Amino acid sequence: MKRLHGIRLPHRKHAESRKIETIPLPARVRLPMQMHMGPACTPAVAVKEHVSIGQIVGTASEEGAVPVHASVSGTVTAITPYLTAAGTEVPCVEIEPDGKQTVYAGCQPPKLETKNDLIRAARESGCVGLGGAGFPTYLKLSAKQKLDMLIVNGAECEPYLTSDCRQMVEAPGDVLGGIRLIMKLLKIRECRIGIENNKPAALKLLAYGAAADENIRVVPLPAVYPQGAEKVLIFHTSGRVVPEGKIPADIGVIVLNVSTCAFLYQYSKTGIPLVERVVTVDGPAVKKPCNLRVPVGTPQHDLLAFAECDFDRVKKLLSGGPMMGRALYSDAQPVLKQQNGLVALTKAPSPEPSACLRCGRCMAVCPMKLMPMELERAYRKEDTALLEKLHLPLCMNCGCCSYVCPAKRRLAESHQLAKALLRKAAQREEANA
Amino acid sequence: MNSLQVSASPHARALISTRHIMLAVIAALLPAALNGFIQFGMRALILLLVTTGSAMGFEMLARLVMRRRQTVLDCSAAVTGLLLGLNLPAGMPFWQAVLGSFIAVVIVKQLFGGLGQNFANPAIVARIVLMLSFPATMTAFQIPGTDAVSGATPLVTGTAGYWDLLLGNTAGCIGETSAAAILLGGLFLCICGIISPVTPLACIGSLALCTWLAGNDPLYQILSGGLMLGAVFMATDYATTPLTKPGKLLFGIGCGVLTFVIRQFSTYPEGMSFAILLMNLLTPYLDRMTRTHPFGADNLAGKEKPNA
Repeated sequence: MKRLHGIRLPHRKHAESRKIETIPLPARVRLPMQMHMGPACTPAVAVKEHVSIGQIVGTASEEGAVPVHASVSGTVTAITPYLTAAGTEVPCVEIEPDGKQTVYAGCQPPKLETKNDLIRAARESGCVGLGGAGFPTYLKLSAKQKLDMLIVNGAECEPYLTSDCRQMVEAPGDVLGGIRLIMKLLKIRECRIGIENNKPAALKLLAYGAAADENIRVVPLPAVYPQGAEKVLIFHTSGRVVPEGKIPADIGVIVLNVSTCAFLYQYSKTGIPLVERVVTVDGPAVKKPCNLRVPVGTPQHDLLAFAECDFDRVKKLLSGGPMMGRALYSDAQPVLKQQNGLVALTKAPSPEPSACLRCGRCMAVCPMKLMPMELERAYRKEDTALLEKLHLPLCMNCGCCSYVCPAKRRLAESHQLAKALLRKAAQREEANA
Repeated sequence: MNSLQVSASPHARALISTRHIMLAVIAALLPAALNGFIQFGMRALILLLVTTGSAMGFEMLARLVMRRRQTVLDCSAAVTGLLLGLNLPAGMPFWQAVLGSFIAVVIVKQLFGGLGQNFANPAIVARIVLMLSFPATMTAFQIPGTDAVSGATPLVTGTAGYWDLLLGNTAGCIGETSAAAILLGGLFLCICGIISPVTPLACIGSLALCTWLAGNDPLYQILSGGLMLGAVFMATDYATTPLTKPGKLLFGIGCGVLTFVIRQFSTYPEGMSFAILLMNLLTPYLDRMTRTHPFGADNLAGKEKPNA
């Protein structure tokens, strides 16, 4: 089969054989009211109120939002503003744990008989895509289009990250349980699980678990970045192509991360919402790479301390992997629902870009077959028509172009800015119309 | 903890830099240069050093005068200078060679904005200007191993043996006589992924085909003259040749066919420089013609939107 381009990265998955561990309760958790792609929640608790695990602290009134639940039992100490990665401010509920870790009495296993039950449960559980993007899962499940294939993302193509891998190795039953639940309630006939071939244990365990089920197929994929990017994964596991401007549901596909599937299965059994997650802690500054199950809202500092991080050497902290992760501005920032990794880098090189050589490397590695250098030039000229002609909206910001550029040009960054330019131009057009 | 750096992703970069690429090209040119030294002696080596050094000097001066960031250390000027030197006869007067470097680096490259911005290959333009200005010295080819000078290359005489053409034991420019040395460098660049073999193969293949159709000896035509040096090192220049594979293919074929036409029908025995220069001018159009079709792109998306 024809494969999309990509790059081979050093895997650096030092934590892949480390069992998932828990860390001591933090002194304080902070729960921003926006840990999903979508409108922010409103705080549902008052200062000094006592909350237990799984109790709603942020209500999702608007469509596209999912509620935020207390990840520890304790007392609400403050509601403060929190600066999100998008540069906006949202309220943030701070809780001081009481150490008892009592579970909220309202947490009961949901009734799951129909598609609508599943959608409601996914929303009430506060579930978002656990692979990094944080898109509310219930929105994917409630697609109006006819879905006939579930594609499960176990590629985990970023260097360092192993949290999905550990999830598959330690609880393959949860992953498959979630898959079967979704297939049953959404009446989806076929499932493909895409896993990079650098995770032989996960491949074997899931293939073994799914052996009896001929509709679930485990697909080994070459370890080429960005194998886990949605469109790339869909193409390599099913051969289907998501057309420009369309979403996977338009071609009958729903893509979920392995950890998301496993979480939905656990939720169906326990009724405990998304209050903790597994984070891989690694990077050159970390002495003991590990996979940690932590309450959402735990300060990054606690994770780093547990992993014996040399704090003085840290120059850059990433939420996620080095290719698409976000740089954190402080180690006091809380772990969000969608954070799959914490990478502490000891070097933060930002080489000065020099002139484009026109060597074409960016074009050769682009999985979407775009022409990054031409896009960058069009952006500098603010030529929105040309940007559209070059299919800028197809760029998924995987960063391959910036990675390979010998002139160290910030191509992926400029494409993001160009997308903002296109949006602005579209708004202006709308205002004029 | 220190203050943390915050920047856009990706946070990792490949090691390869512009300078690495240029140094690799210089390394690939060394076999041809070495052959030039063996065949034509010390004078050839000194001439290569003069063109390389003067090209770097002009690059530095130009950037200083224009008050731009210094770029001489990216070694692109060194490549241009070395390539120009390899395109000159060993007996070329130094001042004419230095003038060539000036034309290549200052006029063709820097005045158009520097690295990546020039529309024509600097070494090619310099060679053509020198050829038109100093036809006598530009065609005074030294015969290997002697101080004797001949006005004719094997392309004109048509009498050299294949082995002599392959190993460079013929009259000609410093770097163009040995096809084997050039191919060795080209192979190295292809293996390193620095150039694509598409352009040289298309260029050599189309010239061979045309020659064969015209009833001449294709192998002799491929091995003699500046074709090999041009096809491997100049038709693969990043800045002045197309980006896409189909573009490279068309560019290569264009160079091959034009070289054949010039060699066959014009008064010049050698056509490679003019062929490449002409194709350089077409590069922006070839690029536009052969834009990639992105994955999942709607065929209609690139067209003008109908008025709603």
